[in-house]
Amino acid sequence: MADRTVLSRSEEVPMTPVQRLMRQLSRGPLHAAIILVCIMWMTPTAGLFVSSFRTRSEIATTGWWTALVPPWQFTLENYEHVLTARGMGQSFINSVMISVPATLLTILIAALAAYAFSWMEFRGRELFFLLVVALLVVPIQLTLIPVLRMYANLGITGTFPAVWLAHTAYGLPFAVFLLRNFFAALPKDLLESAFLEGASHFTAFTRIVLPLSVPALAALGIFQFLWLWNDLLVALVYLGGFRDVAPMTVTISSLVSSFGSEWHLLTSAAFVSMMLPLIVFFALQKYFVEGILAGAVKG
Amino acid sequence: MRARLSSQPWLYLAPAFGLLGVFLVYPVITTVYLSFFDSRSENFVGFANYAYLITHHETVIVFRNNLMWLVLFTGATVTIGLFLAVLTNQVRYEAVAKAIVFVPMAVSFTAAAVIWRFMYIYQPADFTQTGVVNAVVTAFGLDPVAWITNKSVNNFALIASGVWMWTGFALVVISAGLKGIPTEVVEAARVDGASERQIFWHILLPMLRSVILVVAVTLVINSLKVFDLVYVMTFGNFDTDVLANRMFKEMFTFGNFGRASAVAVVLLLAIVPIMLANLRRFRREQ
Repeated sequence: MADRTVLSRSEEVPMTPVQRLMRQLSRGPLHAAIILVCIMWMTPTAGLFVSSFRTRSEIATTGWWTALVPPWQFTLENYEHVLTARGMGQSFINSVMISVPATLLTILIAALAAYAFSWMEFRGRELFFLLVVALLVVPIQLTLIPVLRMYANLGITGTFPAVWLAHTAYGLPFAVFLLRNFFAALPKDLLESAFLEGASHFTAFTRIVLPLSVPALAALGIFQFLWLWNDLLVALVYLGGFRDVAPMTVTISSLVSSFGSEWHLLTSAAFVSMMLPLIVFFALQKYFVEGILAGAVKG
Repeated sequence: MRARLSSQPWLYLAPAFGLLGVFLVYPVITTVYLSFFDSRSENFVGFANYAYLITHHETVIVFRNNLMWLVLFTGATVTIGLFLAVLTNQVRYEAVAKAIVFVPMAVSFTAAAVIWRFMYIYQPADFTQTGVVNAVVTAFGLDPVAWITNKSVNNFALIASGVWMWTGFALVVISAGLKGIPTEVVEAARVDGASERQIFWHILLPMLRSVILVVAVTLVINSLKVFDLVYVMTFGNFDTDVLANRMFKEMFTFGNFGRASAVAVVLLLAIVPIMLANLRRFRREQ
């Protein structure tokens, strides 16, 4: 974080301990407001997390906050149950099977197109890129019925390739947009001297552009992976509710509709689906935030 | 040689254009076309599907709700994000506070819907409240509220869960904009005797205008497309339906593909102004 921020300049003014104390006290309301907001923002997730380790009868009769004081009586049974009997284990695997290939496919295809848009000359280059920009905000709802019918005709509804292709296509406008902006900003001299020395586009792409773009590719990859991991709509529509291919979001939403007040199941199932995003978030926060910042145009 | 070079770009573009054509361009056109046909896409019905949408209570509610989402969700998220950005900017634990507010962005709307259904659990007044919100409400001596089913509050409750998810986004983007404001500008104003409040309203806010606009546009798009939260929390029951969920219902519950297409087209029409603004901005930047 920046040392010199616009509103705080306390570091620059030498103060006596008493002055410092007075200053901190006068800033009490500021700290109180921020800490209150932080507590408000953590409480919902904390409640889910704590409850997922409580028994069914305890959840139904007392608030989860009562479990925070000893004697602690936590259990892993809920997790055991949702992972096996409620299919969350299989769904976890399905979520991986959906998200990983679709993310890789998106990055590969987007990188190729972004390279053409930034370093190749062709007719209609600007016009085609404007089309990509226009497609950035098109709601996927506009595509569901025709694509679903196409899939029904091909007989691939309920298969992984059906969601891979759809996810890849839906992710492309943003991915192409992001990578093209990054590729086009790479040093021109570097590529031009490579071309002068006889490098082909393929060499320039694989040996210069891709290695230099690792941060952008990582940010995009994390963003796209979490986007797909968290998707409900596409899986719901194209996988047709078949349980053996359902990702976790679909399984959870069907648990909600059939066991809406079985909170020992819902809390643990929801937490299973949140574990990976949370790990990714805390481990790769920098890339994650970059992806979000770059995605500000997407929506 | 020349011919080979000129066809090469298309090899790089073909996979992307193929997918975009098959999964976006062609379906969008087809959906617009289907919106003028009956439930099984067999007979032309003119504007009948659209007429239905604006004349039936159930679907008029959908428009009202999306409008509520648009105004309240966007307004609240931007406002809270802006104030948090300015507040956290003044403390040493800024990074931690921002991370805490940002965490919900990482989880799925589906999980968030479970989290908030759990927050909003309602028990009749004589019983122990197990939901946080009603526990707080009753601690203040008020009656517990059925947040999910009570039609006068449930839309606000759903929108609040959306605000919880997206505030971190607004905070992080606006905070990045705040860091971009030169220190000298604020220092100079302070030397001239401006109060912190004046600095906020007359310097920071105008300088953050474009950043706030980007955030607001993103939130508006998301308010129009909101689906998962509503689908999982209420399935659009109790007068909480929104366009995206209504479309899903028309497709899979009622099997009416004409009306489902019309709902989708309404969604598109609402987003077209944003699309045009994006295009204009992009052309200006080039």
